[in-house]
Amino acid sequence: MITFDAVTKAFPGGNVAVDSLSMELPTGQITVFVGPSGCGKTTSLRMINRTIEPSSGTISIDGEDVSKQDAALLRRKIGYVIQNAGLFPHRTIVDNIATVPLLNGVNKKQAREGAAELLTRVGLDESLADRYPSQLSGGQQQRVGVARALAADPPVMLMDEPFSAVDPIVRESLQNEFLRLQSEIGKTIAFVTHDIDEAIKLGDNIAILRVGGHLAQLGSPRDVLDHPADEFVADFVGRDRGFRALSFLTAETLEVEPVRAYVDRKDSVRLVLDGSGKPQGWTSNGTGDLRALPSTFTSHDSLRLVTDLAITSPAGAAVRVTADGVADGVVAHEAVARHLTAMRQSER
Amino acid sequence: MIDYITDNRSIILEALAQHVWLSLLPVVIGAVLALPVGYLAVRYPRLYQPVVNLGGLIYSIPSLALFLTLPAVLGLRVLDPLNVVAALSLYTFALLTRTVADALLSVQGQTTQAAFALGYRPVRQLVGVELPMALPVMLAGLRVATVSNISLVSVSAFVGVPNLGSLFTRGLQLDFIEPIVVGIVLSVLLAAICDVAIVAAQHRLTPWSRVGAR
Amino acid sequence: MTVTPMINYFAFLLDRANWVGANAEIPQRLLEHVAYTLVTVAISAAIALPVGLLIGHTNRGALLAINVGNAGRALPTFGLLSLMVILIGTGTLPVLVALVVLAVPPILSATYAGIRSVEPSAVNAAIGMGMRPSQVLFKAEVPMALPLIFGGLRSALLQVCATATVAAYVGFGGLGRFLIDGLSTNDYAQVFAGAVLVAVLAIALDFLSAAVQRAVVSPGVRARSTRVGSGARPTQSGPTRTDQPAPTAGTSR
Repeated sequence: MITFDAVTKAFPGGNVAVDSLSMELPTGQITVFVGPSGCGKTTSLRMINRTIEPSSGTISIDGEDVSKQDAALLRRKIGYVIQNAGLFPHRTIVDNIATVPLLNGVNKKQAREGAAELLTRVGLDESLADRYPSQLSGGQQQRVGVARALAADPPVMLMDEPFSAVDPIVRESLQNEFLRLQSEIGKTIAFVTHDIDEAIKLGDNIAILRVGGHLAQLGSPRDVLDHPADEFVADFVGRDRGFRALSFLTAETLEVEPVRAYVDRKDSVRLVLDGSGKPQGWTSNGTGDLRALPSTFTSHDSLRLVTDLAITSPAGAAVRVTADGVADGVVAHEAVARHLTAMRQSER
Repeated sequence: MIDYITDNRSIILEALAQHVWLSLLPVVIGAVLALPVGYLAVRYPRLYQPVVNLGGLIYSIPSLALFLTLPAVLGLRVLDPLNVVAALSLYTFALLTRTVADALLSVQGQTTQAAFALGYRPVRQLVGVELPMALPVMLAGLRVATVSNISLVSVSAFVGVPNLGSLFTRGLQLDFIEPIVVGIVLSVLLAAICDVAIVAAQHRLTPWSRVGAR
Repeated sequence: MTVTPMINYFAFLLDRANWVGANAEIPQRLLEHVAYTLVTVAISAAIALPVGLLIGHTNRGALLAINVGNAGRALPTFGLLSLMVILIGTGTLPVLVALVVLAVPPILSATYAGIRSVEPSAVNAAIGMGMRPSQVLFKAEVPMALPLIFGGLRSALLQVCATATVAAYVGFGGLGRFLIDGLSTNDYAQVFAGAVLVAVLAIALDFLSAAVQRAVVSPGVRARSTRVGSGARPTQSGPTRTDQPAPTAGTSR
């Protein structure tokens, strides 16, 4: 657990980057600091490993005040990932990853073996071990940066916009890999980003900061989307937050119509099933040709997916299937909307 | 010191005048020759490495060695100042060719591609787009070449060519410190003036770098 | 003047007596020249490297580091030699002092430029990972700065080798002796020999130092272009070249 206790950072010249920030970052979870430029998110992050020192207030990790510890030793226990990776160009990949263990006195062979193993953990091929950073792509370098941060198995990790410097396709795969990794290792992570979508995707908790370093809201992604604390947060999260909130609702409680209703229709688009009951596609009566289904949903999928399927379907409806792929229900988009309204009414 | 200067005014001025043309003429010659060769080294990438290596080789040779072997090659007397001009032109050429090539290489990129797409023909693009952009780097090289030349000319006093270096030999022969100090001061001043002049020229020639850079 | 046939110029070089035997001059002068060159560069490096690293790391006194390179280039080498002789007297000491003074600026400015050219994100990462300041300097900054630092060292090497030749005018040993002795006795073969030997020595030294550079500098750093116009921060010391067998930062010789 990382604790901020009335932490303030004022720079000479009067700029207050962080203003009396108090919050807890729960153990084993990803807490994302997000906000516009100048909100103090990076400053807050860097005060955790003391690469910036607070003007007042205390930061503690698991109850121990970080300012009371030797800064260099503290940092070796905290994984640090930055934008552009910051790899050492003069060292091979494996030596880059092994940096902190080597600093701690682990013998070279052991450190390199551990590093090679981490390389595969972050999704890279072992053959890259003896290459130099300049020979790797941006996305690969970023993965090495993460591996390097994990090398000494620190309980805490700080990540400062780690995925911002790569293109959107690479970014998405890095984010997914990162979530998978975190599900395996369960570190306490403080993550900084300016991208609210990334925050919602990755964060277990989101801390939205205002310019001037004030905490505007601290909560789960769902809280932030459904119940923004004020207009600033609502604006920052964006206009379509209602739609995005659908990602967090599943189709489990959604009522569906029986499949037969859509198979037996006579005068409009109907559903076609194969012999085992699996849906093949939609067909308009009379023309006989089949328009394939983009996909189907299960009861574990999000309402966002269901809505999307329904509104793109020629029948205005999405098809639910069992785990085996057998169609077991159809829901029209009007029904989804009614379901949502009922949910909202019962919330307040 | 002042007495020395006033008494020997004509000798000093004569030496200074010699020094000026001996150091600056080679800069012009070397620069003029370096421009096309540097351009060619970029235009035909295969040439780059050999050109750079050759230039490096030439530049490694100590000046005195050149001052003393060029006469045989050129068929001149050792004392002839033209040896100095030839040698320093060679140095300047060797240094600036690489500078020009590297400067042109460094401006290749989005702007030149845009120019090409706009419809610039190669020569016009070179003169209108690439050279102006490469100017700061090339002028930096010019400063280095000029200042180096000014210092190198005095070495030729070793073989008897008249210039500010003659003040050093005089001082050594007569065991006087005054001519040596005067020679050093004038040499440094000349270098400083030329350096400032090139910077001023750069300032005037590249108005876009003056505005807005924060 | 009649142009003497080329073969005569080689007379001194081809004379076996100059190469072998107790009184053979060439090996003796060669050795002197090399020894003085290496010793002076070592002394200058011992002075300039720490200062350059310190100024580069802390960025205090940057003005000095940037301008010392230009100032050093403007100093007439022959003038400095003469000045030292007048001040200190004849012998090897004034020459050594002059040579050290001449070799410090290129090493200092190149070391400073090298440290400044290092990627800031790599340095931030090094600090953030828990390296102590001295570790950041020696494990991160210096290896990345090596190409430029080597450039300065090689430049100084050539500078000293060339100026040591000129020092023969004030009674110094080394290969310059052939030049001055040959000139005073009109023995042009000797002059030619001296010129050729010193040119070959300079080129050989440059080649060797390039080889050392290739061996010492990490391949990962070599690949980064340190050509004019690229790099993290532009330096004001003029064009620098590094991985070619050539001098850098144009110094007078």
